[in-house]
Amino acid sequence: MKIDVVHVAKLANLPLKSEEKEKFEKQLSEILSYVEKLKEVNTENVEITSQVTGLENVTRKDEAKPSLSQDDALSNTKSQHNGFFKVKAILTE
Amino acid sequence: MKLNELTIKEAREGLKSKKFSSVELTKACLEQIKKHNKDLNAFITVTEKEALDQAKSADELISSGQDLPLLGIPIALKDLFSTKGIKTTAGSKVLENYVPQYDATVVKKIKDAGAVIVGKTNLDAWAHGSSGENSDFGPTKNPWNKEYVPGGSSSGSAVSVASDMCLAATGTDTGGSIRLPASFNNVVGLKPTYGKVSRYGIIAMASSLDSIGHFTKTVEDSEIMLSVTGGKDIMDATTLEKKHEVKPLKKMKIGIVAQYSFMGIDKNLKTLLDNADKQLKKLGANTEYISLPNTQYATACYYIIQPSEVSSNLARYDGIRYGSARQNFGDEAKRRIMLGTYTLSAGYYDAYYKKAMQVRTLIKQDFNYAFKKVDAIITPVSPTPPWKLGEKINDPLKMYLSDIFTVTANLAGIPGLSVPIGFSNGLPVGMQILGPQFSEARLFQIGYAYEQATQWYKQKPKL
Amino acid sequence: MKNDKYIPVIGLEVHVELKTKSKMFCSCKAEYFGEKPNTNTCPVCLGLPGALPVPNQKAIEWCVMIGLSLGCKIPLFSKFDRKNYFYPDLPKGYQISQYDEPFAINGSLKLKIKNDPFDKTQAFGSEAQARRGHPEQSRTDEKLKIDEEKIIRIRRVHMEEDTAKLIHQGQDSLIDFNRSGVPLVEIVTQPDFESAQEVVEYLKKLQQIVRYLGVSDADMEKGNMRLEPNISLRINDKELIGKLPNYKVEVKNINSFRFVEKAIEYEIKRQEEILNNGETPAQETMGWNEKKGQTVSQRIKEEANDYRYFPEPDIPPIRFTQDQISKIKSQIGELPEEKLKRFQAGFGLSAYDAEILTREKPMANFFEETIIVGKKHNVNPKQIANFLINRDIDINLTLPAQLIQIILNATQTDQIDEKELEKIIDKVLKENPKAVSDYKSGKQNAIMFLMGQVMKNFKEKIDAEKVRILIMEGLR
Repeated sequence: MKIDVVHVAKLANLPLKSEEKEKFEKQLSEILSYVEKLKEVNTENVEITSQVTGLENVTRKDEAKPSLSQDDALSNTKSQHNGFFKVKAILTE
Repeated sequence: MKLNELTIKEAREGLKSKKFSSVELTKACLEQIKKHNKDLNAFITVTEKEALDQAKSADELISSGQDLPLLGIPIALKDLFSTKGIKTTAGSKVLENYVPQYDATVVKKIKDAGAVIVGKTNLDAWAHGSSGENSDFGPTKNPWNKEYVPGGSSSGSAVSVASDMCLAATGTDTGGSIRLPASFNNVVGLKPTYGKVSRYGIIAMASSLDSIGHFTKTVEDSEIMLSVTGGKDIMDATTLEKKHEVKPLKKMKIGIVAQYSFMGIDKNLKTLLDNADKQLKKLGANTEYISLPNTQYATACYYIIQPSEVSSNLARYDGIRYGSARQNFGDEAKRRIMLGTYTLSAGYYDAYYKKAMQVRTLIKQDFNYAFKKVDAIITPVSPTPPWKLGEKINDPLKMYLSDIFTVTANLAGIPGLSVPIGFSNGLPVGMQILGPQFSEARLFQIGYAYEQATQWYKQKPKL
Repeated sequence: MKNDKYIPVIGLEVHVELKTKSKMFCSCKAEYFGEKPNTNTCPVCLGLPGALPVPNQKAIEWCVMIGLSLGCKIPLFSKFDRKNYFYPDLPKGYQISQYDEPFAINGSLKLKIKNDPFDKTQAFGSEAQARRGHPEQSRTDEKLKIDEEKIIRIRRVHMEEDTAKLIHQGQDSLIDFNRSGVPLVEIVTQPDFESAQEVVEYLKKLQQIVRYLGVSDADMEKGNMRLEPNISLRINDKELIGKLPNYKVEVKNINSFRFVEKAIEYEIKRQEEILNNGETPAQETMGWNEKKGQTVSQRIKEEANDYRYFPEPDIPPIRFTQDQISKIKSQIGELPEEKLKRFQAGFGLSAYDAEILTREKPMANFFEETIIVGKKHNVNPKQIANFLINRDIDINLTLPAQLIQIILNATQTDQIDEKELEKIIDKVLKENPKAVSDYKSGKQNAIMFLMGQVMKNFKEKIDAEKVRILIMEGLR
């Protein structure tokens, strides 16, 4: 099983160093070969299980409750400006 | 006996009858942490000041006649549980300086039950690991032999209880992260039914698998903890309340998995398991072989579903609102993020994620059939006793395969109770008792009978 | 389309923000307009570690309601999915949305396509203008020819959450999470539009429907409604009808009907040129740059779209019973289309008048309330409609009974000498050409002068409003 580590890392927004690339490629390929095992299982007409509780229709009433203060909301950021979170410009024109 | 060596039950009695105070009890725990944490590395953060304040208020409440299930009891929290105003790192450099703005529901419940929080325990970063070695804050050591792994990912929690640094500790179990370290440390570990305990505020690993449990010295204590943490939470849409009937052990049938004898279980461990089986029979239970044919696919299934969900759950760590940049993820997190990104990506989703969700259905069905025949199932927790630090660290696949007996319970959403069954070359091992969804009371019943008959919990590591 | 070489193939995605009290997956206040930044947030909508979503019941019901209003089928089973991508306005690194099992599918909306150039200004006129039903337009019934009806197929209506608001400021982008997690309904059409005009017509109808339902203000300026057309051109050939071109250009996040029209027309021209050069336009995502008056490629530092959808593990699926759906359906009330028909048939209104009076629900309600009062005074619906449409009646400041009084005053004919009054008005208008031309050039005050002149000349006591109306008629 070959995995395009560079593409996947980009998709996952993970910066990879070049020496990491080779290591991960090998390790991930090994793991992927192992999970190939599932191909042996006949799953024709088998429903999927994405949750195990059997719960349905769990919702909450439309009621507004107090929010965090602005200070609290911003308390863990390293970069803020006038009550906003601040990042480097992301859109170039 | 030192105060910190007490069980919750014993300590509650002592506190109620004023034999000692919560401050004294808390100090004994803090003392033990100071003495041994350097070697064992069980705690990332020790909250000495807060703990003593909480102990003082607990003592006041006790004097005023208050009675709460954990009043004055020193408890440690896995550093994956959000604690308002107290650093919560997930064992990762990414969250090195993160101080949550809120408490997890379970933390709130434990505090409301009167507990004293002594600190935040070490773990494999993001709960990724079976050995405790993936922590960015250094590995936790096994108190029974510091050259060995304590099991992971809730390594610090298991070790803190085993070495009497607290009376109980919380953990999370996504693929065995409570049961494995419990068995490697001679303590009791409960992975409750998925949905029994709120996940709100606990840093998510794999949302459909994460189960919130705890470590205690005895089965009785485990039950006390669950009575506090369990129940429906309006903040977690996947929680629910359900009760299961209880019947006497003598009327119970306990299943032993036929396939497991072929799955490369360590020789000593096999003997200990056979002894446990005999012991249960002695206690009046019937044991019989059952079949879980799809178990052989469980690890593969788990290592698709889990990393897929991990890749999505770790996407929020972008360094903008909290934490540092994504390059600070450790190798194991990077591996799982990439693996999961790959298995969810266009063109691969059906072959991996969807297929795994189908196999998950089959694994769940295996249990459904089995529980029509038996009331509970016993299996080893790990195929081997604890291994040496560093032994599997460069072979992720080998590490993953140590989860083989534990992941099935997470895939099926059923509860599992890990109880000590003795020692292999001086290192503790355990068995897990599995039951249908919401059958915790039954597991406690079996576990308690076995524990009282064997008394393994009385053995303590020499620190 | 006049263009005969190519036929535009246009599909549309519209995002409508719901005006629930709380957000989609947490209890923070949903209203964010004018609030201080980052004051309506909590662990859930900030995407803090460990926080979990719990869906808003009302928002789900409203999404279904929109679906039903657009003639959609409501599948009994539905679920939420995660749409994974990275952007600083998306706190969790994924948006909770719906992928393969949305709340509503396969609906349609019928458009009336007008082809008079005048209609264009009407279509893009300001909202205030539309509300009033501009007096000049009332006399242009002949311009209201309905040329054809066209059905736009609705592919799906699904529920999701809004992202945070990004403000670009020089080298930085500032983020306000107040909008993060506000309930958002996405309505996706099939590529059934063939012109910008059709798109705008559809948008006006859609806006009207969600306002009728009371589920959104659909205020474009506040960003309650955001538009994303996708545009391509196919060769005008009968053989190719229903076949989609092998590319499409998406224009993201447009917040005005006028801009969407401009963007589509710009794209049609741009793509036409590329095609005429024998090339195929690139499949890409653009933005509309109003200053430049053109679409611009959005060069975002992001990989190609691979959203890695999977079922949201934190939210149990939703299963409706037929009863629940019927109950939601019963809450819909009369939609604009039905109301319009009823006004025409029941009150004998022209299509045009009925259209104006049903454009906004408060106006339609006011009209009907006034009819009830009018009955007691022998004022008929047509008279009321005329007054509402032709006079500047502010329905927020006028009670139905007051309007009836105004109508009665203006139409009382028995007490005064009508012929005498008409004579005087004629005379005053002839003697004051300056005031007349002033009025015609837009000086509203001039009419006050004329009214004074008439009332001075007319000996009997007379209602000023009546005089004003008669002078206005005389001025036409």
